[in-house]
Amino acid sequence: MRVLILGATSPIARLLAGRFAQDGASLYLAARDSGEAQRIANDLAVRNGVDALSGRFDAADFSSHGEFVQRVVSELGGLDGVVLAFGTLGDEDAAQVAPGAALSTIHQNFTGAVSLLTLLARILETQKHGFFIVIGSVAGDRGRARNYVYGSAKAALHAFTQGLRGRTERSGVHVMTVKLGTVDTRMTWGREGAMLTVSPESAADRIYAAYRRRAEVVYVPWYWRPIMGALKLIPERLFKRTNF
Amino acid sequence: MNPGDDQDRSAVHYKHTTLSGWGHFPALDCDLYRPEKVSELAEIVTGNSSSVIARGSGRAYGDAAVNGGNRVACLTRLSRMLAFDAESGILRCEAGVTLGEIIEVFMRRGFFPAVVPGTRFVTVGGAIAADIHGKSHHRDSSFGAHVKSFTLMLASGEIRRCTREENSDLFWATLGGMGLTGVIMEAEIVLRRVESAWLQGETVVASNIDEAIEAFERFDPIYDNSVAWIDCLSKGSALGRSALDVGSFAAPDGLPSSKRQQPFRISHPRRPTVPFNFPAFTLSGPMVRTFNSAIYINYRRSAGHKLFDYESFFFPLDSIGNWNRIYGRRGFVQYQCVWPLAESRAGLIETLEAITNTGRGSFLAVLKKFGQQQGMLSFPIPGYTLALDFPVADGLMEFLERLDAMVLSRGGRVYLAKDARMRAETFAAMYPKLAEWQQVKVSADPSNRFSSSLARRIGLSPQ
Repeated sequence: MRVLILGATSPIARLLAGRFAQDGASLYLAARDSGEAQRIANDLAVRNGVDALSGRFDAADFSSHGEFVQRVVSELGGLDGVVLAFGTLGDEDAAQVAPGAALSTIHQNFTGAVSLLTLLARILETQKHGFFIVIGSVAGDRGRARNYVYGSAKAALHAFTQGLRGRTERSGVHVMTVKLGTVDTRMTWGREGAMLTVSPESAADRIYAAYRRRAEVVYVPWYWRPIMGALKLIPERLFKRTNF
Repeated sequence: MNPGDDQDRSAVHYKHTTLSGWGHFPALDCDLYRPEKVSELAEIVTGNSSSVIARGSGRAYGDAAVNGGNRVACLTRLSRMLAFDAESGILRCEAGVTLGEIIEVFMRRGFFPAVVPGTRFVTVGGAIAADIHGKSHHRDSSFGAHVKSFTLMLASGEIRRCTREENSDLFWATLGGMGLTGVIMEAEIVLRRVESAWLQGETVVASNIDEAIEAFERFDPIYDNSVAWIDCLSKGSALGRSALDVGSFAAPDGLPSSKRQQPFRISHPRRPTVPFNFPAFTLSGPMVRTFNSAIYINYRRSAGHKLFDYESFFFPLDSIGNWNRIYGRRGFVQYQCVWPLAESRAGLIETLEAITNTGRGSFLAVLKKFGQQQGMLSFPIPGYTLALDFPVADGLMEFLERLDAMVLSRGGRVYLAKDARMRAETFAAMYPKLAEWQQVKVSADPSNRFSSSLARRIGLSPQ
C-alpha cells in the first residue's frame, strides 16, 4: 500500500504514518518544512523497515499542486490512500481584524485542501480504489467567538469532504472525516481553555482503528460527539453570550 | 527578568508549571517548552536571553532538569531515529528518543543499548548529559563510552558536532555535563549485539559486606552485568548483607527449548501503577526493616543459577508505574556515592554504620563496582558505589551532609543526576576536573544561557 501524508509534521500525522508503516505501507511524507518531513521519513524507515519518501508542499501555493501530486504518484509508483492532516490555528486574533490573516487561515485549512483533494480524487476515482482520511476539528461544528475563522474553515472542509464522500462512493473510494477534539500538541500547549486533552498517541490509535472499520465521520475521542451535539442545541441567543 | 515578557515575540508557546525531578523534590515554578520541530528549539534557545535547560523524561531525581523561575525545554517530542547501520550497530537519533524505544525497535533485530540504567524511560540526551552508568559498568564503562558523536546547539543557535577528535573539549565537557554546555540534539551511539532477550546468570547471597565485595571480585570477570541489593538496616556481623544478581546475555543454544525458537520474545506482564502519593507512615522504620528482611529471605530462597528476562534484570522498578509515589507528597532524595577502590570497603562500612545508627533505613539500596571514568564531570570512578533513597523528613539534609563529609574525606564523590541538596563547596572538592570543565563552559556558553537549579546550587553557573 502507498499512502501520501499531507502535513506530515504534526504529531498525529507522524503517529498515524507510523501505524501505516507498521502494517508495511510505503509512505510519502509531505510538509511545508521539508527538513522535518525528512526526519520523520527517516524515523519511519529506521523503526519499521519501510520505504518512506518526503518532500515539500505548500497548501496555499495552489499553482504548485498539480506538479506536486504528479511527483508523489510517480515517486511512490502509484497511490492507494491520502491522509490530509495539515491545518493551523493561525493567529486568530489577527485573523479577526485583518482580512489578509483571515484568508491565510482559510487557505491553510480549507482552500488548500480543496485544491489538493480535487486533484487527488481524480486519481483515486479513475483507478477505482483508495481512501481519504481528512482531519477536521470539532471547532467546525459551531462558530465560536474564540476561533471562528479557523472554525469556519474546518466547517467548510467538513461539508466539502461530505460531498466528496458521496461522489467517490460509487467508484469505491472511501472518505473518512475525523472531527478532532483537543490533542496535547503545540496547538494546545500552554494555551488557556484547552480541556479534555488526549495524547496524540491515543488520537492516532483511534483514527487508525476508525479507518480500519471504514468509519464515515468519527469524533476523536468519541465523547466530543455528545458534547458538540449538546453545544449545537444551545439557542444562538444564549450561545453568543457564553465563553466557549 | 521575567521570561513571560517574551511570550508575544515568540511563536513558541510555553506552559507555566511546577516542575520537579523523579524524586518530587525540589518542586519549582518554570516556563516549560516542548518543541516539536528543530526550528522551534532554535527559537527557544536564541529567542530569549533568560536561561534554559533541556529536559528529557525527567528521570534525574533532583533539580538537574529543573530551572526555577526560568525556562525548561522538554525534548521528548524531538525523538526521531535518523539512521541505523546494522554492520556497525551505530544508531543516529534525536536526543528525545528513549532507551526503551531503542530496545523496542532493535531487540528483535539483535541489538541492545550498550549501557542501560535502572529504568528504560531515560532519553538519549539525558543519558549523555548525566553520562549514566549501568550494571555493566565494570566491563563497558558509562554511556559516553559508546557515543560516537553528538550535535550540540549553542546559545547563538549554532550547531556544533562533537566527537573525540572534533571539538573534543566540548565532547568531554558535555558527557556528564548536565546539559550546561548546550542542547544535545542528535547523537550517534553504538548498540551492542545480543543473541537473545535473556540473561544467563546467578543470584548469590552474601551475609555481610566482606562477602559482598568478595562476590563482586569473583563474578565481575565472569559476567557482563552485576548488581547487588543491600540491606542497609542489618547490623553487626550482618552489616551489609546483600544479594547479587549477575548475568550475561544468553546465546540461543543456552536457552531451554521452549525459548529457543523465539529468543527475543519475552512476555510483558501488565504494569501495576501506584495510584497516588502514599501517606508518610508507609515508609516508617519498622516497615522498611520488615520489607528489607523479606527481600533478603526471598533472595536466599531463590539463590543459584537462573535465567533472567532482560526487563526484570535491568529494569525491575519499571514494572511498577509511578513507584516514586510510595514516598508520599514530600518526595524523596536519592543519594549515590562512589569511593576509590582502596577506600571502598572502609567507606561502605562507615556509611552503613551511620545509617543503621540513625535508623534512617533506605527502602532500596544498591551496590555496584565501577570501572573506568569518561567525561570531565562524569560520576563513575573505579571503586564501589552505593545508591540509597530516603524519604524527605526532618533532619535528613543534615544527615546527608554528614555522609558528604565522610565520602569526601575518602576521595569519593556524589552523583549529580541524583542529587538535590549538595553544597557548592562539597561538589567542587569532589570533582577535580571542575576548573577544566569551567574553561570549556565559558568559551562555549559565555552568557550562561544554559543553566539549571542544580547548576546554580552547586556553582556550575552563576546565581
